[in-house]
Amino acid sequence: METQYVLKMDNISKTYFGNKVLKGVHLSVKPGEIHALMGENGAGKSTLMNILFGMPVIHNTGGFEGTIEVDGQPVTIDNPQKAMELGIGMVHQEFMLIPGFTAAENIKLGREITNPSIASAVFGKSMETLDKPRMAADAKKALDTIGLNIPEDTMVRGLPVGYMQFIEIAREIDKTGVRLLIFDEPTAVLTESEADRLLDTMRSLAASGIAIIFITHRIDEVINVTNSLTVLRDGTFVDRVETKDTTAARIAEMMIGRKVEKLVDDTDDTRTLSDDDIMLSLRDFTVDMPGESVRGIDLDLRRGEILGIGGLAGQGKIGIPNGIMGLYHAEGKAVFEGEEIALDKLGDALQRGIAFVSEDRRGVGLLLDESIEENVVFTAMQVNKAFTKNLGFCRLYDKKAAKTHAEEMIKTLDIRCTGPEQYAGRLSGGNQQKVCLARALTTQPKLLMVSEPTRGIDIGAKKLVLEMLVKLNRETGLTIIMVSSELNELRSLCDRIAIVSDGKISRILAPQDSDADFGLAMSGSQAGKNTEKGE
Amino acid sequence: MTKFKKIINAIGLPRLIICLFFGGILLLAAVNDLNMTSYIGSILKYWGMWGILVLAMVPSINCGIGPNFGVSLGIVCGLLGSLLAIELDIAGKINASVPGLGPWVSILFAIAFSVVVAWFVGVAYGKLLNCVKGSEMTVTTYVGYSIIYLMCILWFRAPFSSGEIKWPLGGIGVRNQVSMESSFGSLLNNAGGFYIGGEEGIYVPTGILVFFFLCCFAMYIFNQSKTGKAISAVGVNPQFARASGINVDKMRIYGISISTVLGAVGIIIYTQGFGFLQAYAAPLAMGFQCVAAVLIGGATTGRAKISHVILGTFLFQGLLIMTPPVSNHLLAGTDISDTMRQIIQNGVILYALAQAKGGNE
Repeated sequence: METQYVLKMDNISKTYFGNKVLKGVHLSVKPGEIHALMGENGAGKSTLMNILFGMPVIHNTGGFEGTIEVDGQPVTIDNPQKAMELGIGMVHQEFMLIPGFTAAENIKLGREITNPSIASAVFGKSMETLDKPRMAADAKKALDTIGLNIPEDTMVRGLPVGYMQFIEIAREIDKTGVRLLIFDEPTAVLTESEADRLLDTMRSLAASGIAIIFITHRIDEVINVTNSLTVLRDGTFVDRVETKDTTAARIAEMMIGRKVEKLVDDTDDTRTLSDDDIMLSLRDFTVDMPGESVRGIDLDLRRGEILGIGGLAGQGKIGIPNGIMGLYHAEGKAVFEGEEIALDKLGDALQRGIAFVSEDRRGVGLLLDESIEENVVFTAMQVNKAFTKNLGFCRLYDKKAAKTHAEEMIKTLDIRCTGPEQYAGRLSGGNQQKVCLARALTTQPKLLMVSEPTRGIDIGAKKLVLEMLVKLNRETGLTIIMVSSELNELRSLCDRIAIVSDGKISRILAPQDSDADFGLAMSGSQAGKNTEKGE
Repeated sequence: MTKFKKIINAIGLPRLIICLFFGGILLLAAVNDLNMTSYIGSILKYWGMWGILVLAMVPSINCGIGPNFGVSLGIVCGLLGSLLAIELDIAGKINASVPGLGPWVSILFAIAFSVVVAWFVGVAYGKLLNCVKGSEMTVTTYVGYSIIYLMCILWFRAPFSSGEIKWPLGGIGVRNQVSMESSFGSLLNNAGGFYIGGEEGIYVPTGILVFFFLCCFAMYIFNQSKTGKAISAVGVNPQFARASGINVDKMRIYGISISTVLGAVGIIIYTQGFGFLQAYAAPLAMGFQCVAAVLIGGATTGRAKISHVILGTFLFQGLLIMTPPVSNHLLAGTDISDTMRQIIQNGVILYALAQAKGGNE
């Protein structure tokens, strides 16, 4: 007898502007089951959920291929209302609550219970009065179901984040006929005890017959709470397994995978790296960067190496270079070439010979409405007083020297443009990235920090940028810190890779270490505990 | 069609409309046989008189604060310097020993004194504006208004003793209009001034124009300097500037201080050209006129060039000078001139602000 699924998505493919983001993915969930949907950033989880909800973004870009069945019946979901009618609900990662409304009002928003009144007799249904007692009763019931003990007339504003999450859930289960709930990384913003409670709530919801799709990065939670899981990687379906048949290490391996493509060709390596020759050392280093906070790391950088910093989004890897440059408030000790960097003094790191290529290329990295030339020489002009003529009383911009240098950079970095006068905003992503690199190199740094150097640029340009970094390192002995979400890139050119999780360094790995090690390090400190349990 | 659009984009639609309007007005004036030579002379004179005040918009726009409606802060500093020069009778005293040198020393003193005061005022003003990032335009407008009225109290009670400044009936305080004749009135206007086409022709106020262009050139040089480039980067993209180790708040303070200093110098030049120093509420709307002029010239609220100042001042002052006589002539007996001036001035500001594209685009 065939298993009855509440949801069955078969052979789903989706193309965005010629870029295939989903390639024949399957997803099936049984009633009353907690099913984990796992994958790295960009694996295609969000796209799959957007398809399930009939989001406009899917249909505006040419729809998708494949079939969806709900309770064994083929369905077409072409708008979010349709999904709602089919009993599919979603608990969003960002709360969609109105702060000035009470919990009950938020739960019943858009589905208010109303009584006819005189005004409604004249002006129609929109003028009916709210039946507050019945709404409160419904809200109370929903809140009780998930075990949240707050009065239903509490104002949402001022509630702890965890409570807001529960109100979101209460709103979803208050909808009649809900049979499938999707939790989009619900524990990312919760404290540990709140997360535990949420997992309990999920279990009791599942026990009442509601199927749950649980999207998360945290392998330990998956092991703890789910019945089965589906892993996606780079838009392809890896496997669907029962949780009891697998281990944390195996899941991590499935998520990361080993890609055969080699991004950078081997080059002659004549470097000698020594643990005694430390260029930069961080001690108890914390950075207060919103969404990427660093919570106390110790890290040593050897002269002449390429150090990779990896980890999932929001874990703090991007905070490290931003903190060193003084762009966000940082504390702790950062010793560069034997001297401590004044972290509260903007520009101190630059003065000492550290250059930074920001992950936010268009926001921080470039003056889009200025020429390539101005972009390339700007930092060097401000920091080293390069490209200026001294007139005695003031320093003037030396246009000729700047132009010569910009032309040189365009040639060495192979920036495709009409000339140094072209506006940086008009260049393609890869060429913009090269302009950013050129600007950093123009300051003649001893240490180069590049953050997400390949984000948003096409594969060919990616290879060029990475090769450039290796060449700089091998030929000029430039020490490089490279921060990237793309583990594959880090593994193809770094000497060591520090994996950041939850604002701390969870492990420092060699590029040839196993996928499972990387996966576990990325999934956080608790993974170790659960590995033992799983095995 | 696309070519036509390209040309319009290059010139800018608002500028094109204003140019056409100005051309039309000139044509109407010529057709109606108004005294063109005298009007053109006036336009040249007012071009120089207003130029530096309009130039004061450039650093404030480029450092990211936007048009400095509060240029009145600089204006009152300039007025203070001029009044002090009269009070001390510098012109008279120097003239007694070296005839002819007095007005020059007098104006130099006024400029030097008010520049120093304006710099400190500008720094304080900049600190205030750094606290209200995001609503600078509103705050500069309020500051511009309030300083004028605050100074009204001060002018009224200021302990000046010079007979030129005091109310004619005695007592203390500054009178409404102080004649500049005994100090540096019309000094620059007449320096090197000449007529084109004989005594009845167009009078070219060489000195004031030369001074205006010198200031523009100095500003251009400053924009090419290390600090100038830093200020402009702060205005365009503060995050980018920070990543290059630039103290954003400090550059904004520089920008607004330079703007305030230019406001002070600007009003001194204006006053000498006008021949009278106007205290009390007279400078109230000057900030608006400066903003209107630079916006007509093609500046946006996020980017201004020297060329915008030169062109904008010429067009705006030209319009203000030519429109009233032409409209009075066409609508004889209505005395609509001042109303027209107000409508044009404020209409232009409204139009230019509505056209201004959010700075970074």
